[in-house]
Amino acid sequence: MMEMLHFEFMRNALMAGLLASLICGIIGTLVVVNRIVFISGGIAHASYGGVGLAFFLGLPVLPVTTGFTLCAALIMALVTLRARERADTVIGVIWAAGMALGIILLDLSPGYNVDLMSYLFGSILAVPRSDLWIMAGLACLVTGLVLVFYRGFLAMSFDEEFARARGVPVDVLYCLLISMVALSVVMVIRVVGLILVIALLTIPPFIAERRTRSLGSMMVLSALLSGVFTVAGLAVSYMADITSGASIIAVASVGFFASLLLPRKAS
Amino acid sequence: MAEYVIEINGVTLSFGGVPVLENIDLAVERDDFLAVLGPNGGGKSTLLKVILGLLRPDSGTVRVLGVPAGEAGGRIGYLPQHTHVSGSFPITVLDAVRMGTVSPGLGRIAGLGGGREEARRARRALERVDMLDHAPRALADLSGGQKQRVFIARAVVDDPDLLLLDEPTASVDSKSRNSLFRLLAELNRDMTVVMVSHDISSLASGVKSVACVNRTLHFHKAPELTGEMFRMGYGGEGELCCPVELVTHGDVPHRVLGRHREGDES
Repeated sequence: MMEMLHFEFMRNALMAGLLASLICGIIGTLVVVNRIVFISGGIAHASYGGVGLAFFLGLPVLPVTTGFTLCAALIMALVTLRARERADTVIGVIWAAGMALGIILLDLSPGYNVDLMSYLFGSILAVPRSDLWIMAGLACLVTGLVLVFYRGFLAMSFDEEFARARGVPVDVLYCLLISMVALSVVMVIRVVGLILVIALLTIPPFIAERRTRSLGSMMVLSALLSGVFTVAGLAVSYMADITSGASIIAVASVGFFASLLLPRKAS
Repeated sequence: MAEYVIEINGVTLSFGGVPVLENIDLAVERDDFLAVLGPNGGGKSTLLKVILGLLRPDSGTVRVLGVPAGEAGGRIGYLPQHTHVSGSFPITVLDAVRMGTVSPGLGRIAGLGGGREEARRARRALERVDMLDHAPRALADLSGGQKQRVFIARAVVDDPDLLLLDEPTASVDSKSRNSLFRLLAELNRDMTVVMVSHDISSLASGVKSVACVNRTLHFHKAPELTGEMFRMGYGGEGELCCPVELVTHGDVPHRVLGRHREGDES
C-alpha cells in the first residue's frame, strides 16, 4: 500500500484531499449548523455556468468561475435575507439555470469536448502542484476568517434572532459565510468534483455534530473525519482500481451509516 | 418627568396589505413589569420585534432606552419565543449563556470569547435561575423547562436595562411556571421587564401593568383586567380588543379572578 506514495500524482492527490478536508471541515460545520446545505448545493451547481463562460470567452477558468460563482452566491444570499419564504424556489432556479448555462456555453465553444463526469466526480489524481498552493492559501484564509469572527459565527449559528436582537451584524456575517462557501466550492470542485464537495460538506459535520460540545471541536472532528475518509477512499480506489471520487464518497457514506448505528457520546 | 424605557408613537405595521398593528401608542416607565396579553395572531410578538428593531414599522416612531429601536441591542436581554436552536447544536449550557454577552458591532464578535470574567458572569446568571449544577452539560440533553431557564440566564447575563420575554411560560409545566414568575419578579428589581403572553394566569405574578394587543393596544397601569377590558372581551365592540377566548383561556373567568386574588394575599 505504501508504494502508492511513490507516484507524485498520488502524493498530490493525498495532499489535495487533506486540504479539501480541512476546508470542508470548517465550512461544512457552518453549513450544517446554519442549515444552508441547499444553498451550498445551489452554489456548487451554479458554478458550472462560470466554467462554461470561461471556455466560451476563452478566458482563464479559475478567475472567471470564481467571479461568476461569487455573484450567483451573493444573489442567493440576498434573496434569503430579503424574501425568506421565496428563497428556496429562487435558489432552485439559479441552481438549474447556472448548470444549463454552463452546458450551453460549452456546447457553443469550439473544440472543447465536455466531460461532465470529471466535473461531477473531479479528477483528484490529476491535481497539478499549482492547485495545491491555491488550496493551501484558501485553507489559510478560511481558517483565519473563522478564527477572527468565531464568536459572531457562533452567535449567528446558535440563535440568529437572539443575535440580531443583541445587535450582532448578522447580515454581514451571513454574506461573508456564503462568500466563503462559494470560494471553497470553486476551489475544491476542480479537484474533487461537485458531488464530493457536497458529501464532504455534510457527512463529516453530521457525524461530528452529535459527538462534540462546541462548534470549534465540531470543526476539528469534521476535518479529521474528512481526512480519514479521503485517505481511505484513495487507498481503496488504488487497490480496487475504481474511480477515486466515487470511492471517497462510498467510504464516507459507509462512515455515515456506521455512525447512525454507534451510540452518541454520553455527556 | 417620568423616565420612559420604551416610547412608541403611532406605530402601524402591515404584512402584505393586512394590518397587524394599527396606530399603537405605548410608554413603558423604568422599573415597570408590563404584561402584554392578547390572542394568538393579535400582534403581540410582532410588537416585541418592533421594539427590538427586528421589524421596521410602516409609520410611527419607536424609541428604546432613549435611542431608536435596534440601536440599544447591547443593553437589552431577550428571550425569543421558541428558540430556533436545533436539538443537536453542539454547545454546553455555560457556553450558551455566554452567548448572551454578544453585542453590537464587529468588535465584540471578533475572537474566541471573553475569557474568565465572562465565564464567572455566566455562572452567576446560571445560579440565579438555579441551573448552575448543569453548567458543563450539553444543552441538547436538557428538558424544555430547563432550556427555558438557561435562555433566561442568557438574557440576563449581561445585566440588561430592559428584559423582553416572548411567551416565557410556553413549554413550561405549571409548577415551574410559578417559580419562573417568582424569578421574573425578582429580576424586575434590577431591570424593566416586558413579557408577552397569551396566558392570562401570568397576571398572578409580580406584573405591575397590563397592555392588551389585538391589532390596537389598550394599556392599564394595574395588574388586572379592568371591567372595561372584560366588557370589551365579551361585548359587541370586542372585535378590536381582547376576544372571549383570551379571557377564558384554559379556565372559566371566575376562576381566573380567584387565582389572581390569592396571588395578591400571599
